[in-house]
Amino acid sequence: MADQLDDYINAVAAAMALPVEDAWRPAVRANLDVSLRLAKLVDDFPLPDETEAASIYSA
Amino acid sequence: MSDKIDGLSATDIAQAVSSRKLTALDAVEASLSRIASRDKILNSFTDVTAERARAKARAVDADIAAGKPVGPLAGVPFAVKNLFDVQDLSTRAGSKINRDLPPSTRDATLIERMEAAGAVLVGALNMGEYAYDFTGENVHDGPSRNPHDPTRMTGGSSGGSGSAVGGALVPIALGSDTNGSIRVPSSFCGIFGLKPTYGRLSRARSYPFVASLDHLGPFARSVKDLALAYDVMQGPDADDAACSTRPVEPTLSSLGEGIGNLRVAIAGGYFQKNVFPEATEAVARVAKALSATQTVELPEAARARAAAYIITTTEGASLHLDRLRKRPNDFDPAVRDRFIAGAMVPAPYVDKAQKFRRWYRAKVVELFKSVDVILAPATPCTAPKLGQVNFVLDGVELPVRANIGVHTQPISFIGLPVVAVPVPLEPMPIGVQIIAAPWREDIALRVAHALEQMGVAAAPTPRGL
Repeated sequence: MADQLDDYINAVAAAMALPVEDAWRPAVRANLDVSLRLAKLVDDFPLPDETEAASIYSA
Repeated sequence: MSDKIDGLSATDIAQAVSSRKLTALDAVEASLSRIASRDKILNSFTDVTAERARAKARAVDADIAAGKPVGPLAGVPFAVKNLFDVQDLSTRAGSKINRDLPPSTRDATLIERMEAAGAVLVGALNMGEYAYDFTGENVHDGPSRNPHDPTRMTGGSSGGSGSAVGGALVPIALGSDTNGSIRVPSSFCGIFGLKPTYGRLSRARSYPFVASLDHLGPFARSVKDLALAYDVMQGPDADDAACSTRPVEPTLSSLGEGIGNLRVAIAGGYFQKNVFPEATEAVARVAKALSATQTVELPEAARARAAAYIITTTEGASLHLDRLRKRPNDFDPAVRDRFIAGAMVPAPYVDKAQKFRRWYRAKVVELFKSVDVILAPATPCTAPKLGQVNFVLDGVELPVRANIGVHTQPISFIGLPVVAVPVPLEPMPIGVQIIAAPWREDIALRVAHALEQMGVAAAPTPRGL
């Protein structure tokens, strides 16, 4: 899994033209690891398919 | 220090100026003098707009001399977090990069409304870079320092706002709160802070962080001053797409109505975990004073905090994507690394977080059918030491930064109005959140005022400045 996350960071950084210098990588990786863990917590919660997002927009 | 505003609240200053017992210029000079002496320690100001302030103060005094009406904040000095546009200043938002922006051509809406009520802007305040911060530390400008112990954090990201009001440099400051950035500095610096309902106060001409979570609001040393500032800043504004069209709903006149039949409950479960004894003690004191014994559970609060985190990191990354590519070395490295990671979170997770937000909002709003006010800690601890990385809680070492906002995030996530009230524990104060239903700032302020009247909540006098 560790290698997969490193591979993911390399791929996304390249695809988005985002710089990730070697010195920054451990911190970026640690932050992304926390984000993905918290995202999984949200993702695990079952919601009805019809649920609307809460973004702010009015036509 | 004794000067012409010594011991005076904003309300007192405005009354003294309006009745010609004090000139606006004298009030402003006293504030500028305090800034000159105390801010050597506190580092709360990044810009002092002395000449502008003197000109405005003279104009207020001239209006009074001419018998013209002046507003309810006549001659009251105030300052703003440096993400508010101030005419002729570049809006740095705590960053190095934004200093290259051209100077603003117009003040933020809230500054215009404060000054229309007679208040006098004296400067812009230190903050965490791009508001992505709970500590009040800043690598470019140095940390703002806690007025009760300068070796400690102010909390962030509105750290300068907390420090300037906590240190009595100004009686009122404005700040922003995306995940807790008004409530955390209020707690650590021992002052009152209001995070209004999402959409209540205009954010026009302030630098954004997370548009769907950003709020602006006031800090003060008393609830009356807080309500006074809040009332004059209310009202629709076409320049902020999220600003409500609701009319002004004044709160000052109802402050003294007391607790009455308000139903007050304590947030249980998630909000009673991961707290130091001082946070538990502060909530207990407030609950006792309000005769609150009922406990309510905000459902899935941990997931709410997680969803707020995901929306924050991804919207923030989106805002700064181009700067991350072009000027990565000009960011605070810790902020940069969080934004880069945020750019890499897959989009479906963000959509899921926004959908969860709607579900959670409906559940919490349902709770407010049976209660009027919910109490929760504002922070899990009193102000940590500057630079402190970890703290030990129940024998477990936890990162400070990530845990300071755990109790504020699930509340701002759905835009509920909150007054953070300071409980003056020794040696350091700590805040309690007075949380009300959407658009019921009046209730939160009433309860805060009652606590102040009972002596349970109070802004301690800064020591050693």
